[in-house]
Amino acid sequence: MTMFENELKKGNFVISECGNCKTIVWPPSDYCNNCLSNVTWRKANPVGRLIEFSKKDEKIFGMIELEGKIRVIGKLKINLSNIKEGQCVILHSCDYDKGPQFTFVSCNGHY
Amino acid sequence: MNKVAVVGYGNTKFSSEDMPIESLLTSATKSLFDQTKNIEQKDIDVVLVSTNDNTKYLSAVLSELTGISPKISHTVENLCSSGTNSIVSAYSYIVSGLADMALVVGADRYDCPGQILEWDSSRGEFMHPVFWASLFTKSHKREFGTTQEDLAVVSAKNHNNAKSNPHAYSNKTYSIDDVLQSKFVTDDLHLLDCSRPCSGASSVLLASETIAKKFECPVWINGIGQKTTSASITKNENLTTMTSTKIAAKQAFDMAKIQANDVDVTELHDAFTICEIMALEDMGFVKKGHASSYVRDLYDTQENKINPRGGLIGSGHPLGATGVAQVVEVTQQLQNKAEKRQIKNASIGLVHNMSAAATSSTVLLLQS
Repeated sequence: MTMFENELKKGNFVISECGNCKTIVWPPSDYCNNCLSNVTWRKANPVGRLIEFSKKDEKIFGMIELEGKIRVIGKLKINLSNIKEGQCVILHSCDYDKGPQFTFVSCNGHY
Repeated sequence: MNKVAVVGYGNTKFSSEDMPIESLLTSATKSLFDQTKNIEQKDIDVVLVSTNDNTKYLSAVLSELTGISPKISHTVENLCSSGTNSIVSAYSYIVSGLADMALVVGADRYDCPGQILEWDSSRGEFMHPVFWASLFTKSHKREFGTTQEDLAVVSAKNHNNAKSNPHAYSNKTYSIDDVLQSKFVTDDLHLLDCSRPCSGASSVLLASETIAKKFECPVWINGIGQKTTSASITKNENLTTMTSTKIAAKQAFDMAKIQANDVDVTELHDAFTICEIMALEDMGFVKKGHASSYVRDLYDTQENKINPRGGLIGSGHPLGATGVAQVVEVTQQLQNKAEKRQIKNASIGLVHNMSAAATSSTVLLLQS
């Protein structure tokens, strides 16, 4: 497993940042995709913006942007009638079980 | 620069049959030899196999099974656009002078592993293409007022076109209502908004200018555009634009010195109905937000110049074969050999093939 996946399993969403030019490398990698220097790992700011969303069966999913750069598709634990694109969301939990899993909730705490 | 033409082609029926990948490849190759006069195995310098199948060394296996001893043989994999990537590779071998004649055979099975890009951790647990397609759709609806009915028109049109394609997976007529009544896969996509993976194979034979002139009706590849913006789905400038398609189309049009309104026939990558709408807009056939009414007019007038073989939605989508099958269709159209699907006086054709939420696109322009 990669560093990113190992940390997800522990419940930490970490991102790779270049030790040299400070580029945030996403999807995560061991090397900077700008200057190919080694990266360092740090926890991501969990507050993000909802870019778009849809729903499959009872599961609401959406694309979320973190730190103005990282985009992921995650599960949204928000009532459908309360969701609006562009709204503030916060990473509620993450895990790795055969693949990455991200769950977000509304910043104002309303489900 | 040397010119390169398509001088032969073959197809299998696209179906849900459980056939070995080797059988699919050899069937499409036999189909090509059966339909192309004056070629022998010894004439072929290059054999490229386009596939996402995990079976190894398939180009050498195909060569052995069909009695070809090529100089160059290898597999090309680039998810859903493996087919056109193989054709561009074959083109390059010929233009460089390394080869005079190249056989490209694309094949995949219904259970091909290329449908999911596991590497892309930004997809989280939502790995299946239906999730990015739903987000594209929702964004297009929001920005341009696209409706579920607009999308259903794409599906009804392409299923209708596929009825004249003897190799297509589908031969059923679906009305707009039928599409709208089909099961919701997500809140933004019905089942009939989606192409389906299936088993199938297609082949083309490319030749250098000197060799091509010995064949009846060579079809010239006059424009090539390719762009890979990323592998992860999160790098598009926004969710309503397929950036790689936009760039690839511009390159191809510049190379061929023509514009979108010069094109008579197009096969584009409608993996989902929204992809046809976006591709028409991003390649410059219409302005952003105008593709739905353009497609509606095509449907109402039974005009089949966009996806005449039925596209991916009507024909099925055996990943590695798709780009090759698109080139076969446009070649047949430009040779005036497309039978019931024939578009009158077609002389310029376009192929658009892409991968993984349009992170990579190829656009080819062909001319009779």
